[in-house]
Amino acid sequence: MFKKILIANRGEIALRIIRTCKEMGIKTVAVYSTADADSLHVKFADEAVCIGPPASKESYLKIQSILAAAEITNAEAIHPGYGFLSENAEFSKICAEHDIKFIGPSPHAISSMGDKAVAKATMIKNNVPVVPGSDGVVDTFEEAKTICSEIGYPVIIKASAGGGGRGMRVVEEESELKKNFEMCRQEASTAFNNPEVYIERFVQNPHHVEIQVLADQHGNVIHLGERDCSMQRRHQKVLEESPSPLMTPELRKRMGDASIHASKAVNYEGAGTVEYLVDDSENFYFMEMNTRIQVEHPVTEEVTGFDLIEEQIRVAAGAKIIEREIEITGHAIECRINAEDPEFNFRPSAGVITVFHPPGGHGVRLDTHAYSGYRIPSNYDSMIAKLIVSAPTREAAIKKMKRALEEFIIEGVKTTIPFQIQLMDDPNFISGKFSTKYLENNFKFNPEAVR
Amino acid sequence: MDLKLIKNILTLISDSDVDEVAIEEGDFKIKVKKTGTVEQVTYSQPMPHPQQAAAVAAPSQPPAPSTGDSDQATSGESSAKGETVKSPIVGTYYGAPSPDSDPFIAVGSKISKGDTLCIVEAMKIMNEIEAEFSGTIEDILIEDGQAVEFDQPLFIISKG
Repeated sequence: MFKKILIANRGEIALRIIRTCKEMGIKTVAVYSTADADSLHVKFADEAVCIGPPASKESYLKIQSILAAAEITNAEAIHPGYGFLSENAEFSKICAEHDIKFIGPSPHAISSMGDKAVAKATMIKNNVPVVPGSDGVVDTFEEAKTICSEIGYPVIIKASAGGGGRGMRVVEEESELKKNFEMCRQEASTAFNNPEVYIERFVQNPHHVEIQVLADQHGNVIHLGERDCSMQRRHQKVLEESPSPLMTPELRKRMGDASIHASKAVNYEGAGTVEYLVDDSENFYFMEMNTRIQVEHPVTEEVTGFDLIEEQIRVAAGAKIIEREIEITGHAIECRINAEDPEFNFRPSAGVITVFHPPGGHGVRLDTHAYSGYRIPSNYDSMIAKLIVSAPTREAAIKKMKRALEEFIIEGVKTTIPFQIQLMDDPNFISGKFSTKYLENNFKFNPEAVR
Repeated sequence: MDLKLIKNILTLISDSDVDEVAIEEGDFKIKVKKTGTVEQVTYSQPMPHPQQAAAVAAPSQPPAPSTGDSDQATSGESSAKGETVKSPIVGTYYGAPSPDSDPFIAVGSKISKGDTLCIVEAMKIMNEIEAEFSGTIEDILIEDGQAVEFDQPLFIISKG
């Protein structure tokens, strides 16, 4: 087992990883930019190394600084968390070259799944259902026009190097295709340094359902059930739950088997998530695979009893997984709390948290790096906390989440807590009948309702 | 020392949302920082009589354990002796080009802009840290073979 792990991340996930390391008796090294000098992950780690100025590019994304920090502290392994370098095949490779264990999959697995067009082609080859679409990258408008008339409108044009909901455009009919095709390529070039795009049928009113997998270094893979992440605003997840309201044991088996198959196809190692679109007729289509731990992993932890960070570390140290079915018990929901003002189109709210009173009680879990007096740096994303509840049924979990949200007091910055409370009262959310378009098309935040 | 001015500055910062105020006028330099409920005052003025800077320092949170010296005081980049040169990268500090060579610099050395001051080694690459201005080495704050992090103070160099 590793004696010392460096956490190449910040915020709540860095703290999350440190907590499990402490429980396992593993020493921890935190890295931080000057903007994060007062951050909790720095305070709780056994050692901390300042690696650069606030800009991510000069700190959390700077491979040589992270590796140098691992060298001077003699860290044996690096946990990359999510975002930043977690899906950077180059980083995985350089760690291996320097004899430091990257807690995650191989460079090959990362690049196979990181390139969305390649990932899709791999799935087709392995008989995993995919959304009808182009066979890889589409280079010209002529090609695009042909493909779209074959697969039928509406279509969605996606950046090959994109991800996390960015770099996508929906096209309803042929007359809009040329303009959107060209603009999508332009946007992709600017945002991801790669103009390549591919095209898919746009699935109407889909649910976003993802399967958590865990793979060891010996070819064994299990799945830990699904998470429903259909509640999204601008392609960003707002709430996640397990099990999915539309899941049946039969569908779970089919999706789970497909996910295990997909993971084995790229010799996957570690924790990963296979994302699917599911329509109203229980058809599921592969969307992408995230080759890292995800933000919403706590939801799976609560319904399976697994500590996913611990599993990642054990698997990285060579432990074997026994292939078996994992039982899902009860229901868990996670609400992401961002420093944004829901009353003004969720604009970011920066500043100092003057009052921070977290909720508690049976079945309530809070993963956060925030505290009273904490200044939220403006250089990174706006998520400040994840509130997770678990209960025997979905109905009970919703009631518990509402109760917990109502006692969660954050002052000094605006947060999305009032918006989440309103969501808990929403009849469509409660019925479980909502698609990824729901929030944008049918839900309006009413500040008066939660005052 | 203008007590009235200092008192006004303290009231000003207390009443506002501002966390930190730095004022410089000729030889007079004052920096006031609000940290929680304790206000740190550092007052530095190069004067003929031996008045020391009154630093009322009470960090509101326990300092993070770190692998090297991390500068918590508010006296910032300039001290009476010169400019503090900090490490731009993470790595291991070496004062000489190789174990058997003479060190690049010593206290009292005169250096020119562009001169190599030291090496910070990371991932087997020897990065030479060069002087950004000419001057004299007043202080070396680090030991050979010591681990350094970003922004870690290495030397104090007086300009000119």
